[in-house]
Amino acid sequence: MSNTKIVSPKKDMIFMAILSVVVLTMPIWLQPFGAAYPDLMQKFMIFGIFAIGYNILFGLTGYLSFGHAAFLGVGSYTAVWSFKLLSMNVIPAMIFGTVLSGLFALAIGFVSLRRSGIYFSILTLAFAQMSYNLAYSVLTPITNGETGLQLAQSDPRILDHMSGIVADGSLPTPNLFGIEGIGYSGFYICAALMLISFFIYLRIFRSPFGLKLRAIKSNQNRMGYTGFSTRPYLMTAFVISGMYAGLAGSLLAVTDPLAGAERMQWTASGEVVLITILGGVGTLIGPLLGAGIIKYFENIFSAFNDDVLLNAFSFLPDWLAHPVASVVGLFVGEGWHLTLGLVFMLIVIFLPGGIMEGITRLTRLVTKRDKAEPKSEAHETKEKEQTSAGEV
Amino acid sequence: MDAIFLQILNGLDKGGAYALIALGLTLVFGTLGVVNFAHGAIFMMGAFCAVTLEKLLTLSVKVKDESVTFFDAYKETPYLELWFGDTGTAIIDWSVPLSIILAIPVMLLIGIVMERSLIRHFYKRPHAEQILVTFGLAIVLQELVKAAFGANPIPQGAPDIVSGSAAVGAIFGLGEAVVYPWWRLIYLAFSLITIGLVFSFLHFTTYGMVVRAGMADRETVELLGINIERRFTIVFGIAAVVAGLAGVMYTPVLPPDYHLGMDFLVLSFVVVVVGGMGSLPGAVAAGFLLGILQSFSSMTEVKDIFPGIDQIIIYLVAVVILLTRPRGLLGRRGVMES
Repeated sequence: MSNTKIVSPKKDMIFMAILSVVVLTMPIWLQPFGAAYPDLMQKFMIFGIFAIGYNILFGLTGYLSFGHAAFLGVGSYTAVWSFKLLSMNVIPAMIFGTVLSGLFALAIGFVSLRRSGIYFSILTLAFAQMSYNLAYSVLTPITNGETGLQLAQSDPRILDHMSGIVADGSLPTPNLFGIEGIGYSGFYICAALMLISFFIYLRIFRSPFGLKLRAIKSNQNRMGYTGFSTRPYLMTAFVISGMYAGLAGSLLAVTDPLAGAERMQWTASGEVVLITILGGVGTLIGPLLGAGIIKYFENIFSAFNDDVLLNAFSFLPDWLAHPVASVVGLFVGEGWHLTLGLVFMLIVIFLPGGIMEGITRLTRLVTKRDKAEPKSEAHETKEKEQTSAGEV
Repeated sequence: MDAIFLQILNGLDKGGAYALIALGLTLVFGTLGVVNFAHGAIFMMGAFCAVTLEKLLTLSVKVKDESVTFFDAYKETPYLELWFGDTGTAIIDWSVPLSIILAIPVMLLIGIVMERSLIRHFYKRPHAEQILVTFGLAIVLQELVKAAFGANPIPQGAPDIVSGSAAVGAIFGLGEAVVYPWWRLIYLAFSLITIGLVFSFLHFTTYGMVVRAGMADRETVELLGINIERRFTIVFGIAAVVAGLAGVMYTPVLPPDYHLGMDFLVLSFVVVVVGGMGSLPGAVAAGFLLGILQSFSSMTEVKDIFPGIDQIIIYLVAVVILLTRPRGLLGRRGVMES
């Protein structure tokens, strides 16, 4: 959106500091929301990385890719292979995952970026579907097909063996020099990486490079007339966002060393689009918010089942409680995607800038009472307290 | 030779489904300029029209089974059978073809409601937003169907008389051994007829002529005092009917489940792009072409040379076409070119 105004580096540093504090204290302030367990917070971080990477491409240049899940998948597979062959340490896994996804993105971007608009979307979609189909069929020796790629007791793990780390009968878990990749320590690994990625992303946003990407979005032709070749910039943005996706994918493998092809399916690409749009395309913090909100509600909503609902509506008379519970039941539990789809449609229709636009409108409403805008969607007020750092 | 002949038939009827969906997509894009990601969901809802009708027809009641005399046995007998005897049984047997009668008004209604309530507001908005909102709509529709019918595929039978195989080999002089399912031949014929109907509607009626004029130059048509928007809404409805009927007739081939639409959507978008955005003959030609290519690439002889080719052939063709001929096989100059 309108992040083009110049922000002083000092302000950015303060913002970064606030964000770090907010993220690192998540285990504390998420308690009242019932979301303070490591698995979920790791998901916040991982999908946050995925979404901010996606935002570099879609948010800044306006190129709508429907194939980013392919990079996520490549990152996951690479990371698991690194666990199998080299070491259970997460560092080589992440490096290889990121680099390989970057190379993969380079190849796909080289072809796809020859076209723009819907053709670009279809090309990326086609490549992602090809990778998905191949991962299920011919590439089974690498991907282990439908079963998914898993760790095994008998894996070579060359580096681990050289440094004398021997597994004690049970399957080893991914670790960072002994710090486990699951539980709270795992959350802090993910959080640290997310903050580093976010910092790089912030620098890209503020850099002349970021400005050029935005110029591509607003008018690619004019950009060309002024003498810029847009391809290299697009290419760089595409590869960077692919690497972010690869990092996210390898982190997914760190938290759960099992890589399956369904991570590459186009509906998975659709999810990151949903996250980015919901949070706010092209805004700095929007994608992070989107990732948090979608993953949070996915978790909360999926947990509801009929019994829980009946309990919740037990204050109603019996003849009413059952129908109400069954109607609400459509939207929660198994039907969580229905809610997601509806909310997403509403956002695209009424609030194309996502939650961030909603927040901006609300702040404007508060600061300028004379110019009253009646648009104050109920769900934004709910989100507001989650966005204590959202004023940038 | 026999194998090649069968693969061509196979490809043609798979291509028939692609062509029908792609035809609707192209119609919508050509008239309204909207990229409709919910078109696959319309196809899926058509398929579920057939499921609904079958469910309605087989509403049954428990009846005492007279043939068992040792104890009280009950069997489920559909009301239709009770009321009309053999006629009722025949109606149930023919439920899939009968669903067409149900599907036409239902799909027309769904299409028009969809267009008036949602798509209308997205004419002027960027393609990316159209894709996004219809993608959201597709999710909503498929989740609704999932809530109503469950997540498992629901098999539908073709009428008994055509559920066997046709000795197509004998007809074409290729030997008795070459047989092909009747229903798939019917599907092929059905898709050709539907395509023919749509084309003759557009080319041989005044209404269709105005629609085509509107596709070519909307502004001038409006200046002539024609309410082109209403006609385009009808066209959207027709596109929905075409996709819906394609879905109805496809149910005996592939048991429908709720994500049928998403599976076909990606493929049919590729078909549209290969044929050329906005080109109706292109969509049809590309549909059949890709169908045939796909079935040939799934022959073992081909797979031995290029392993995995059957999985990616369609996408591969799309990539090559987009890179060498961005406006597709038969696309008009200047439509969505960059």
